[in-house]
Amino acid sequence: MKTLRGNAALAAAVALVAGTAEAETTLSVLLDGNADTNAMMEALAAAFTARNPDITLELENRPGGSEGDNVVKTRLATGEAGDIIQYNSGSLFQALNPVSTLADLTDLPAQDNILDSFKSVVTAPDGTVRGIPFGPAMGGGVYYNIPLYEELGLSIPRTWDEFMANNAKVAEAGRVPVATTFGDTWTSQLFVLGDFYNVLAEVPTFAEDYTANRAKFATTPAALRGFEHLQEIFEAGYMNRDFGVATFEDGMRMVATGEAAHYPMLTFAMATVRQNTPEHIDDLGYFALPGPSADRNGLTVWMPAALYIPAASQNIEAARKFLDFVASPEGCRIMIEAVGATGPYLIEGCELPADVPRSVADMLPYFEQDGRTAPALEFLSPIKGPALEQITVEVGSGIRSAAEGAALYDQDVEKQARQLGLPNW
Amino acid sequence: MIFILPFVYILLMAVKTKQEAALFLFAWPSEWRAWENLVEVVQTRNYMLLLAYFNSTVITLGAVTLLVIFGAMVGYVLQRRRSPWNRVVYVFLLIGLMVPPAVVPTIWVLQNLGLFKTIHGMILIQVAYGLSFAVLLYRSFIASIPRALDEAAIIDGARPWQVFFRVILPLLKPVTVTLIVVQSVAIFNDFTNPLYYLPGRENVTVQLTLFNFQSQFQSQYNLLFMNILLVTIPPLLVFVFCNRQIVAGMTSGGVKG
Amino acid sequence: MTTRRRSPYPYWFVLPAAVVFVTLFLVPTVASFWFSLTRWDLFEAEFIGLENYRQFFREPFLVQGLVNTLIYAVVTSGAKSVLGLLLAVLLTSGIWFQGFLRSVVFFPVLVSTIGIGIAFAALMHPTRGAINLALAAIGIEGPAWLSDPALALYSVALIDIWKGVGLATLIYIAGLAAISPDYYEAARIDGATAWQRFWRVTVPLVRPATVTVVTLSLIGGLRSFDIIWATTRGGPGFASDVLASVIYKQYQAGFYGLSTAGNVILFLLIGVIVLPMTWGCSKREVDVGACAAMAPVAA
Repeated sequence: MKTLRGNAALAAAVALVAGTAEAETTLSVLLDGNADTNAMMEALAAAFTARNPDITLELENRPGGSEGDNVVKTRLATGEAGDIIQYNSGSLFQALNPVSTLADLTDLPAQDNILDSFKSVVTAPDGTVRGIPFGPAMGGGVYYNIPLYEELGLSIPRTWDEFMANNAKVAEAGRVPVATTFGDTWTSQLFVLGDFYNVLAEVPTFAEDYTANRAKFATTPAALRGFEHLQEIFEAGYMNRDFGVATFEDGMRMVATGEAAHYPMLTFAMATVRQNTPEHIDDLGYFALPGPSADRNGLTVWMPAALYIPAASQNIEAARKFLDFVASPEGCRIMIEAVGATGPYLIEGCELPADVPRSVADMLPYFEQDGRTAPALEFLSPIKGPALEQITVEVGSGIRSAAEGAALYDQDVEKQARQLGLPNW
Repeated sequence: MIFILPFVYILLMAVKTKQEAALFLFAWPSEWRAWENLVEVVQTRNYMLLLAYFNSTVITLGAVTLLVIFGAMVGYVLQRRRSPWNRVVYVFLLIGLMVPPAVVPTIWVLQNLGLFKTIHGMILIQVAYGLSFAVLLYRSFIASIPRALDEAAIIDGARPWQVFFRVILPLLKPVTVTLIVVQSVAIFNDFTNPLYYLPGRENVTVQLTLFNFQSQFQSQYNLLFMNILLVTIPPLLVFVFCNRQIVAGMTSGGVKG
Repeated sequence: MTTRRRSPYPYWFVLPAAVVFVTLFLVPTVASFWFSLTRWDLFEAEFIGLENYRQFFREPFLVQGLVNTLIYAVVTSGAKSVLGLLLAVLLTSGIWFQGFLRSVVFFPVLVSTIGIGIAFAALMHPTRGAINLALAAIGIEGPAWLSDPALALYSVALIDIWKGVGLATLIYIAGLAAISPDYYEAARIDGATAWQRFWRVTVPLVRPATVTVVTLSLIGGLRSFDIIWATTRGGPGFASDVLASVIYKQYQAGFYGLSTAGNVILFLLIGVIVLPMTWGCSKREVDVGACAAMAPVAA
């Protein structure tokens, strides 16, 4: 970041001396503050400016989580979001009111490289595409500690019952079966959101019915199961003692070092492992959240975040040029070089290298076979209630039962649906 | 002891190494790292803390100055000039003192005035929220200044603003000092209002740095606590130098049976 | 004297202050009644009648926030007045280092709430925090102060009391100083014990100070936000959510109308509970000054 600033200053100085032969453009980019995000964007910016010396990029970090949602919304609402923002795709994108706040990117040349599955999650209600993918797709499943599995002679569970049986053995051995980190409340949602493949396997129309107010979490047994799993883990006492205050970083440390056997998490977490406990990176394996049936087990997938151009940007042309570069196979290669491969990129002609960490290698087969992945609910439906993370904390801490939690979440969702002005609500 | 120990803990945590601080122990540090930690905190995110100190200082100075002048002027007129309006004004002052501000509509007003996300907007917000207190405080103090003083000045041919600024304001010094101390600490320590009305990296205030660094320093508690220590220093200085004044000022106008 | 056509106390003195106060405080407050009846995304407000209020009272966690607010305000203001009075009696009894101790008790009042919150969150960590390690040393297994749903609200209240009791003490010290020594003298002659003197003389005569302390800490407690946000963010789940944090969360989620409705509920609540108390407090002009004097520090 410092070097970028340096370049910008230098370039500005040169331009001044030269009597400003060509207009100098500085694009401001708003990022979520994640270490991986910064590394990828810095590499992309450096490569882009090398090719286009008249355009430089200035990176700014915002907080993550709901704090960050708020920053992005207020900035867009007040027309001060800069030239490029990086933000979630799917339902959170829909909550940005994209038709009026974001620039239309439907005719961006690079859209030809982008897989349709991604385009659909950055398409505004009026049918126009407003973003491009940034980073790899992620799986929502469970990290496990390989040495501990070998020590206890466990095998990868393919049903929930097998998973619980493994947990029982881990507990017997005196280790923590499931690392639980409610200190970062968002981590509590994995058992519910990551179970969505299994929901769809049983109720293929759940997403449409849910959006149309015809299906509910509380009254659909398959959807309720995620909440029930949380409750079971709590009731069996399979969590670490400080589960209420432990954080995401604690969770990754525990599962990487074998303090805990499992940690349900998205696959972007590999960056944290590389930073904090690199010596354990190959001790981690990955499997999809097991459901009721071994034959229909698959991975729930999170689409990558996207880059958008705020409609109020003064430099839309330059920003489009940059986005075109990011969504090219070359941009994709630069990102992989910067942070290593953690999952498939949704850009045609972008191959992952052969040597990936073990947990990534565990995840890739799901993508390679047809029908073994399904998008998370937030990419199929525009509604996601803001209180889910508090509700899952409650169910996972024994404050509320699974059934009550699911019913409460159904109520929470109503607010969001009405705010979005959806029909039938 | 209960009152001192947490501060000792903050101090000890602030000078430890990263590894030792992560243990959370209430123990003497094996290695004294005050300076290194200090430098690292100050340098974080491109010297964000210095920017925050600057912003917080500007907001505090601006708002307190306006509060003293506005508060004294209103208190003066309100106390000296009897009119049926006084009761209405008084009710509004009480409302201003007690009622929590309506946040989102305020943002809406600020946006329409082009003051949202600006330092001067923030200053005016602090003035609006602190005004009731200032006026009530001045009004009860001005009651103790004899009217004969203003009348003498008027007979000498002074204009109203001259009477106020040359005669009355200097006499208000004790209560002004109290107001300055109490309000500057309150505004400097304010977290909620900048959180709502002053988003944006270039606008950070000291309390917000603390909050933002909380996630960034997740595994570096020594730096987080060094930051707490640094943020605590300005009120500590105010406290050391004005301790007597605060206590005297707050109780003198005060509670008489 | 003949030139005295206009009042020497012109109304324009009031004007600048009034402009700021009206635009930035009164206008939003009045507007909030309207916006609380709408579904609002900062661009457009669609009128939906009382739907937001209905929503507010239908959602169990919003109602819980309301209940928590009341519990929190009552617990903190009760504890602050009792402890404040006891500390004040102790600190006026002529013990050693009296001046220094008064400063020590008062100092937390001036310190950053966020800083205090973070420090206590570390001290109250269930397995590594200093408090539980100290308890373990004497053989007690400490609770999960901030993550046990039954305890979290009270733990936060405890921190609030620790931070705010200095102000209550100060007000009581001033109140005690105003009690004429004659009363104690008379009581002593009548053979009253120290205990009786405290109950029969001190407590009744220090009543004005009590009213001030209770009013201020009630207002502070009902509005409390930063200490809760810095320690639990309303969690675990919704266990320590109060009105102010609920309002903030709805704001964060983009439900601006609902958030504003919460605001209206909060100030009606404060109006109903606190205004009657201040009428009592405002009978004497001096006392209003005192009430006012502490407000910014208490909030």
